[in-house]
Amino acid sequence: MPTFVRTDKCDGCKGQDKTACMYICPHDLMKLDKDGSETGHAMRAFNQEPEQCWECYSCVKICPQSAIEVRHYADIVPLGGSVQPMRGSDSIMWTIKFRNGTLKRFKFPIRTTSDGSIDPYGNKPAAKMADISKTGLFTASVMGGFRAGNPAELIRRK
Amino acid sequence: MATGTFGNPEVVQEDLDILLIGGGMACCGAAYEIMRWADAAKAETGVDLKIKLVDKAAMDRSGAVAQGLSAINTYIGPDLDPADYARMVSNDLMGITRDDLAYDLGRNVDDSVHLFEEWGLPIWKTDAEGVRHDGAESIKEGLPALKDGGKPVRSGKWQIMINGESYKSIVAEAAKKALGMDRIQERIFIVKLVNDKNDPSRVAGAVGFSVRENKIYVYKAKAVLLAAGGCVNLFRPRSVGEGSGRAWYPVWNAGSTYAMAAEAGAEMTMMENRFVPARFKDGYGPVGAWFLLFKAKATNAYGEDYMVKNKAMLDDYPPYGQAAVPASCLRNHLMLKEMKDGRGPIYMDTVTALAKLRETLTPKEVKHLEAEAWEDFLDMCIGQCGIWVGENIEPEKKNSELMPTEPYLLGSHSGCCGIWVSGPDDLGAPTAAEGDYDGVPAHLPRGWNWGYRSMTTVKGLFTAGDGVGASGHKFSSGSHAEGRLASKAMVKYAIDNKDWKPELDTSPEQLAEEIYKPVRTYLEFKDYTTAIDINPNYITPKMLQMRLQKIMDEYVAGVATYYNTNDKMLAVAEEKLEMLKEDAGKMRAKDLHELLRAWENFHRIITAEAHMKHIQFREESRYPGFYYRTDKNFVDEKNWHCFVNSIYDKNTHKWTCFKRKHVDLVDKSKLFKTPVPVEPATDNG
Repeated sequence: MPTFVRTDKCDGCKGQDKTACMYICPHDLMKLDKDGSETGHAMRAFNQEPEQCWECYSCVKICPQSAIEVRHYADIVPLGGSVQPMRGSDSIMWTIKFRNGTLKRFKFPIRTTSDGSIDPYGNKPAAKMADISKTGLFTASVMGGFRAGNPAELIRRK
Repeated sequence: MATGTFGNPEVVQEDLDILLIGGGMACCGAAYEIMRWADAAKAETGVDLKIKLVDKAAMDRSGAVAQGLSAINTYIGPDLDPADYARMVSNDLMGITRDDLAYDLGRNVDDSVHLFEEWGLPIWKTDAEGVRHDGAESIKEGLPALKDGGKPVRSGKWQIMINGESYKSIVAEAAKKALGMDRIQERIFIVKLVNDKNDPSRVAGAVGFSVRENKIYVYKAKAVLLAAGGCVNLFRPRSVGEGSGRAWYPVWNAGSTYAMAAEAGAEMTMMENRFVPARFKDGYGPVGAWFLLFKAKATNAYGEDYMVKNKAMLDDYPPYGQAAVPASCLRNHLMLKEMKDGRGPIYMDTVTALAKLRETLTPKEVKHLEAEAWEDFLDMCIGQCGIWVGENIEPEKKNSELMPTEPYLLGSHSGCCGIWVSGPDDLGAPTAAEGDYDGVPAHLPRGWNWGYRSMTTVKGLFTAGDGVGASGHKFSSGSHAEGRLASKAMVKYAIDNKDWKPELDTSPEQLAEEIYKPVRTYLEFKDYTTAIDINPNYITPKMLQMRLQKIMDEYVAGVATYYNTNDKMLAVAEEKLEMLKEDAGKMRAKDLHELLRAWENFHRIITAEAHMKHIQFREESRYPGFYYRTDKNFVDEKNWHCFVNSIYDKNTHKWTCFKRKHVDLVDKSKLFKTPVPVEPATDNG
């Protein structure tokens, strides 16, 4: 299901510091056609290798113009359906349109803290070199996740 | 400095202590853990370690979790024991796994899950009345965090449900902040490790190129974490047009971990193992929640439950067939019987399952249930929704087809191929002094621990996630924890070797030449013909990949032969792969994007070759349902209850396969004690 870019919406992220879709695509598929020599549409992005698209929607979700949509794989899927998200800061809204016109909408949470708010080492202990050869991660004493296990289960331990 | 051009790239050299290759869950875990130990080292020894992480994509959406996930598949919780986890891993992988690695992961993994929740990952909870709430709602309801005794929603014994659309960006945010952006470079594809000039058994650095600028990067490092995922698209996919990118595992996983490690001389393990997930047809949407949460059954075209109907077939594979939850491959084995006998298509009976649930639910709960079913796909496999809307499939009205996919190579999901690593030393693993090591090349370590957790048999080279072989079932959380375990050991290694200076065995100029060879080939010959893709002097990376996929599919037990191969077919594959590897030297790259594909496909070829050689060496069919050697179509516990390991010689291009003895560190008989009816189960995804 390759992504496609709407010519009427894409602005090549010219007001931004980087082309968002090109920045985020995990498979290096999105490309900005600066002079229009590749697509006939200058300063628009396009999917340069649609048959390698994993349909991960990373570009769809990040596009500041909502210019990217998906036309499901032509070699598999009948035409006419669409699955389109609007990703906010704490939730994502999906609009799902069936080939027969049936419409569904879903909203799901995506994050319980605000974007950029993570303090990775806040309230976490420092590590000590004396512990570096011992088992356990540096947060073991505070995160309550270390499972010591029943020693009797280890049938060869002396 | 003059900037590079496509024909003449700039070579950038950098001296580091520790290099992290990859940006997925494992490297994000490593990034988080490493800075605390590096800070300790600086404070206590005065050594300021120079650390860098290099990702071929952008960390917010790189690796296998890029799209998101609807569940965390490894969460032990307070009631299960790491030994139970090690037993489950072993049984699902037909008895040949390293208990030391699985157990160690099991005791540490929940630490990472608790961090994810603290960072903002919404985790579903069950309240006192047994009602389930999504991750945001459960906070509003005042339900406690997992760390404080909150009850997760279990979709299986080991799995917990999440609202995981932003899983990777949350984990990446913590990793990026921990490391600092000055220690991170994105869009650099590392393609080769470099051994040390004075000690070929050591790693001294790595080289790669920018996919955005004409630059080659040469890094020297004392310790390297290679965690660049598994291998996808080495077999011909079931869809070969636009849909060829709709792989079950992410298509950008190109075998880089396995190929680079093998070329550096690392001992590989269980490369014969593969994973063939049975999934919703074409979209490869997850089936786990359907089986476990919604209690749906899979049937043949005539409505028969093949897990019940074909149960006796499990008796052909004692003791693994007799476990309460049969191994993933055996469940495929029972499904394939129906397909081969002409009773397909196979269906997930979503209609009956949802109708049954509706009997006891209020209309509000039914609506909630419908949303849960759709979220399962929307969080991690949106493409499956694309197929449902295109085909007008509403799961309460129409059943969906299931289908086993093309094979994948990985070490973190329900697979165990990868690299042989040093394990923990406190669990009773075999030591160098015990056991027989006939056939094991003399330069390789003897026991299961050689000083540093997660170090491969190449000094200074570490791995995690899909890279660590003979374990499996780590999934997202386990890969994160494993990256953390590795990075801690890497700091120790770097401090222990603080006075040692790495020296590359090949000059940066020569390395640059090698990396840019596909570009040179293109520039030299491009004007020989009128059509850019048809030229006797070069091959496009895409055609090379299709040739690889054809060979693997037709001779090495792909879907074309219903996963069958034999000694004769493997011999043909061996010859064809040999020629393919030679022709890889003639790949062209017309731009940086194609150079990326050229090197990915080189990595796929080396990985595929390892897979083929291991299947050839193991003279049995250890994973019925994933592959069959029809000339040795049985599980042979007497001769093959052992690891198959290998090393590759990058100079002669030859593989050497050998056996390593398998030892149990936890009692496996507990899996088989009481005969119980077959439980519905999935491989988790």
